[in-house]
Amino acid sequence: MFESLDDAIAHAAAARTSLGELALATEAAQGLRSRAEVEAALARALAVMRGAVERGHAGDLRSVSGLVGGDAARLRAPRGPLAGTLFTEVLAGALAVQEVNAAMGVIVAAPTAGGAGVLPGVLLAIGARAGASDDRLVRGLAAAGLVGAVVAVRASLSGAEGGCQAETGAAAAMAAAAGVEVLGGTPEEAGHAVALAMQGTLGLVCDPLGGLVEVPCVYRNATGGAIALAGIEMALAGVRFPIPVDEVIDTMGEIGRAMDVRYRETAGGGLAATPTGRRLARERLVQLKRGGVTS
Amino acid sequence: MVSLLDIIGPVMVGPSSSHTAGACRLGLVARALAGGTPEEARVELHGSFARTGVGHGTDRAIAGGLLGFAPDDERLRESLVLAERAGCRVTFENAKLRGTHHPNTARITVRREGHAAVLTGASLGAGRILVNEIDGFPVGLTGAYDALVLVAADLPGTVAAVAAVLSGSGVNVATLRVSRRRKGGEAIHVYELDSPLPSATVGQLRALEPVERVRLVPRIA
Repeated sequence: MFESLDDAIAHAAAARTSLGELALATEAAQGLRSRAEVEAALARALAVMRGAVERGHAGDLRSVSGLVGGDAARLRAPRGPLAGTLFTEVLAGALAVQEVNAAMGVIVAAPTAGGAGVLPGVLLAIGARAGASDDRLVRGLAAAGLVGAVVAVRASLSGAEGGCQAETGAAAAMAAAAGVEVLGGTPEEAGHAVALAMQGTLGLVCDPLGGLVEVPCVYRNATGGAIALAGIEMALAGVRFPIPVDEVIDTMGEIGRAMDVRYRETAGGGLAATPTGRRLARERLVQLKRGGVTS
Repeated sequence: MVSLLDIIGPVMVGPSSSHTAGACRLGLVARALAGGTPEEARVELHGSFARTGVGHGTDRAIAGGLLGFAPDDERLRESLVLAERAGCRVTFENAKLRGTHHPNTARITVRREGHAAVLTGASLGAGRILVNEIDGFPVGLTGAYDALVLVAADLPGTVAAVAAVLSGSGVNVATLRVSRRRKGGEAIHVYELDSPLPSATVGQLRALEPVERVRLVPRIA
């Protein structure tokens, strides 16, 4: 796969193809799997994503510790200023998948389990509104995968290495590319959507209560979806981010390397270290060890 | 080389690719070493596995692997109960394993039909694993290949004898490592193979004079 998103965008533009098409062709050319096999695997991922969104919307799930669950269903009857819009759908979808994840349900790590809500939240909501075919959504996943592959090589996809910017931040960047692909934007627009989304998550720390993938992870997937949506909207409107996307990705890696270990999934800082964060984690972990909570 | 399917995947039971999916795979390897569902398994959790393992379902994931459940099998959630029902007694304890270990490491000792096996393995992230030791010997298995792990007397000609049997099976060897604790003692051979070994070949290997034990570790889902 590519090690430079700027290169991939230039390739796709020169070949008059989309980023998703280029990703599928490049993956097949690596020789491990045929194009049909890659598309079938992504179609299965799409089906699992749909299943997770649906499962989460039912609203009856609780996480293993009991700290999260039921919030995706609340978004089904919202009263806020964006009620009834695509925006609310994205939030609900992202929450739904993360609630399923926290309850030990089946999800697709994209790029990780902790950031697995962002991409399905954005892709499926946009796909439904646009009436996109599954083939088109698979190309969206392929575009997202290409972006994730570049981030993996140039920066990191691990909260323990780079903080939450490397998980929900990377997921937002991937979802931005997927959204542009599904809506028929150009490769250049996809690149700007990625850069615009990622600049909005730079510096984001990984501070889960008790080290569990629950709080704030579930909510951060929803806000990650919102940031992806902002990137897509701006890029398709013609906004051009002045720093090349590769340099934005490199910046994420640089910030991750400089980030104190307290903010890299150790539960030593951020929200995890607040008085309430510490108390909740202590109470829940004690209960868990006694076997007092079951999902 | 990064694949699209490394990024969009794996399909897995949550909540954590390292603490859940990887842990399940370690359980699957331990099951393979036992040759089926173990009657007894002792799981020592080290580092981050010990600190946050319970909240991440690491215990249920390992127990599920011992029962043969893949990382995307929803039965992982109820695996502790299912293990009891299957007559598989699993105990968990927090441990500080000696030496240098990855933060997400488990040592799993399994017993079945009078035989015991022990593995030490780490979950490296994104569901990837590395089995560092089997029965105290260094192996370095990732679960990406069908593997043959064989303990034999450290005698001249043993590697050639094993290779001759493998050559007759038509299975291609991807990698091969031989190590020993001391000269003339027990040696461990680790073969990573491009396809599974036919059972007739396994019988031939067991019949070789210097060979003491043969273990097959299948490619892990």
